[in-house]
Amino acid sequence: MLSRYLRLHHPARTGPVRPGPAGSSPAKPSPEPFPRGECAINASTSPPAVELRGITKRFPGVVANHDIDITVRSGTVHALVGENGAGKSTLMKILYGMQKPDEGTIAVNGEQVAFGDPGDAIARGIGMVHQHFMLADNLTVLENVVLGSEKAYGIGGRARARIKEISDAYGLGVRPDVLVEDLGVADRQRVEILKVLYRGARILILDEPTAVLVPQEVDALFENLRGLKSEGLTVIFISHKLGEVLSVADEITVIRRGTTVGEADPKKTTAKQLAELMVGSELPSPETRESTVTTEPMLTVEGLRLFETDSEGVERIVLDGIGFTIHKGEILGIAGVEGNGQAELVEAVMGMRSLNAGVLTLDGRDITRTPTRRRREDGIGYIPEDRHRHGLLLEAPLWENRILGHVTERPNSRGFLIDPGAARRDTERIVREYDVRTPGIEVPAASLSGGNQQKLIVGREMSHLPKLLIAAHPTRGVDVGAQAQIWDQIRAARRDGLAVLLISADLDELIGLSDTLRVMYRGRLVADADPATITPEELGSAMTGASAGHLAGGEDR
Amino acid sequence: MKKFDKDRVLLGLAAPVLSVLGALIVTGLVLLASGKEPFHAFHVMLTYGSKSDSQVYILNKATPYYLSGLAVAIGFRMNLFNIGVDGQYRLAAFFAAAVGGSMSIPGVIQIPIIILTAMVVGAAWAAIAGVLKVTRGVSEVISTIMLNSIAGIVIGFFLQDGRLGVTDKLANTITTKPIPPGSHLFNFTTQTDPVVGFIVFAGLAGVVYWFVLSRTRFGFDLRSVGRSDSAAQASGVSVKKMVVVSMLISGAMAGLVGMSTLLNQSYQFSTDFPAGIGFTGIAVALLGRNNPIGIAIGALLWAFLERASNGLEFEGYDKEIVGVIQGAIVLAVVIAYELVRRYGLARQQRQVGAELAAAGSDDKQEVTA
Repeated sequence: MLSRYLRLHHPARTGPVRPGPAGSSPAKPSPEPFPRGECAINASTSPPAVELRGITKRFPGVVANHDIDITVRSGTVHALVGENGAGKSTLMKILYGMQKPDEGTIAVNGEQVAFGDPGDAIARGIGMVHQHFMLADNLTVLENVVLGSEKAYGIGGRARARIKEISDAYGLGVRPDVLVEDLGVADRQRVEILKVLYRGARILILDEPTAVLVPQEVDALFENLRGLKSEGLTVIFISHKLGEVLSVADEITVIRRGTTVGEADPKKTTAKQLAELMVGSELPSPETRESTVTTEPMLTVEGLRLFETDSEGVERIVLDGIGFTIHKGEILGIAGVEGNGQAELVEAVMGMRSLNAGVLTLDGRDITRTPTRRRREDGIGYIPEDRHRHGLLLEAPLWENRILGHVTERPNSRGFLIDPGAARRDTERIVREYDVRTPGIEVPAASLSGGNQQKLIVGREMSHLPKLLIAAHPTRGVDVGAQAQIWDQIRAARRDGLAVLLISADLDELIGLSDTLRVMYRGRLVADADPATITPEELGSAMTGASAGHLAGGEDR
Repeated sequence: MKKFDKDRVLLGLAAPVLSVLGALIVTGLVLLASGKEPFHAFHVMLTYGSKSDSQVYILNKATPYYLSGLAVAIGFRMNLFNIGVDGQYRLAAFFAAAVGGSMSIPGVIQIPIIILTAMVVGAAWAAIAGVLKVTRGVSEVISTIMLNSIAGIVIGFFLQDGRLGVTDKLANTITTKPIPPGSHLFNFTTQTDPVVGFIVFAGLAGVVYWFVLSRTRFGFDLRSVGRSDSAAQASGVSVKKMVVVSMLISGAMAGLVGMSTLLNQSYQFSTDFPAGIGFTGIAVALLGRNNPIGIAIGALLWAFLERASNGLEFEGYDKEIVGVIQGAIVLAVVIAYELVRRYGLARQQRQVGAELAAAGSDDKQEVTA
């Protein structure tokens, strides 16, 4: 770990990546001068818009943030990147006054502040655009904007004029008299931004603003952000999508495991370098992989189609024409921007959704109509994307969670009876072998940290020796050590003939683990790639629908 | 580990003690406000409620309360709110009485037939709500309330001379045909009134409830749906099927509620058959936190309070004060359990955190090195 870290930050490599005060010396700013080019945007002497020093926040059981140091210069777009669970959202809640830090200081425009609630933050000119919009559908844009700040410009003509003024100044194109329910996602987001500006914000926090947007809308949003910047506003942009960050940000701060681990100049950093900083140095190295792929198919999916009827009764195609085969000993990785049908594909294979068309074959047997429980008994292991919704009973003790999903299998039950003794003993074993940090097996799952919950789930699923493992974001929110451990376990099982359907937002994980890669875009598998030759950049561009067919070199399949 | 368990026992006791204390304080204040002396009232309740004939009364009252509490608790364990226990048990008791009155075969056969009829009718009535919920998305709260009132109308329709009822000339009421003496259930004789024999079945029902929920695969599935239906679905439970099945079981349990009255006391169903026990069951299940022993304590407490209200009346207090106590207890229980639960969870998370911090000191080096 040390060597890798040094390699990345070695002064001799006058690279763009500058180490932050990682771990050991948090309070001391890096003595190293800014690399060339980084200061070009704002060299004035005005104080930084936001300065966080030594921010630490503890929650019961976990330290969400520790020793965070960030300097956001005024008039820039500053990106905050990190994996899911790295602590970005907690940090932003602290900055917006929704949480109080246990330690550390916040300075806004050079002045030290202490926020009691978001009202204080708004008074200081900080506004937040949440990932989930907070708009009333049955009100107009005007009404939504003035709601709660009627004192500012009234609720009539003055407010309308002000909205127009803001909209024109930043090119937002917001029409004040349209009902919000008639607006698309991107328009709603612009209304949210306008709402924040209307309240006088000079510093905008955008929490994962691109998660809900299609690529063209992302471009338009970035255009808006540049407009805001040119008017002297400051934007703090939270994301884990590296391509977007590199294209829009002036400065990047990387957060890993709750602390700032470095800063980067987007002009001189590649997505790969950023990813390494984000994930830590434990990126899998594709070179050392030997193939264990056999010719025996384990899971075959043919012509899978899935419709979904939304609340207005409109049918939408969620999955269309999906077909692939996973062989014994093969890991098939599905790449794609979240929300392109991956979650639905997983639920279809698990039997949690009924198909509109298509055939699923597991180990030579048709399982298209088999219920979920039979599929699990037949050897499908499941590491769900959302462990709280689909993987755990949060209020139940660990040993009951060990039973969940395998209640009909030994050691959990004998005949129709639960065997609590055996289940408890086996839970002890999982806790030991998978290094689940817990004081005991009687504590509820909710009191474990996310990484330990994940280790428990992985341990549970692997304990039943699955034939097929469905792993959706298996290392999301998991610390580096546990991540490597989970990867090792998946690799080890693969050697014994396990077939894996891997879905991940972490491109390096996908490339490093998979034997075969497919790209999913709007419910279809649009491209395939050889993980031995593809780069994250190429994969990332295919994920936006920019390219299709077989990607990069390598032999044809 | 042992320490953990001891703390848990303490925490478990904290909630009921807190809630009873809270309820007594609230009632005391109400009594004071109405110009009465609270401690004397409590004393009256305690002495009157613990007399031997009161004890028998309490046991006999608690039997249907307990079964009703169990029926509601089955729904609660699934996150289903079966408010329809009231209609289910009344309809069940009515048809069971009609079946019992129409036959005259040895009790060993006839009593099981009567009980079975009650269970089937209760289950069928509850199943309507379950089926409506899974097929049409109707909230079981709404449908069971409505089914309560429909059950009353159905009983009214059949309980007429020439249908399933006979006119009792002496009492000037309409009842079902009485169940023949051969099919009366045994009673336990005491110095005062007898204790209903059906109390044995109620106890058995409690054991079965505990065993099925905590020791069988089915019970595990049911509890997982109650804790998280999305996780249960992912684990392979068919949530819709589970909704219908648990409504069936809850209804069958509700069918037993009227049996102690029918088989041990009235031997027929008339218009004055006890009503409202289904709603008492909701309070009792809340009090007992869906735990079979807790529900038993809740049922006994409820019966005690009702008995004690008579004593209060003799001493010139308003018997309505007991209603205040009952209401205050239910509220206090809900609040106290939530407080204790939150405290316990936060405490446990702190413990986990402390343990992690202790264990984490060595691997921190590994990470930051």
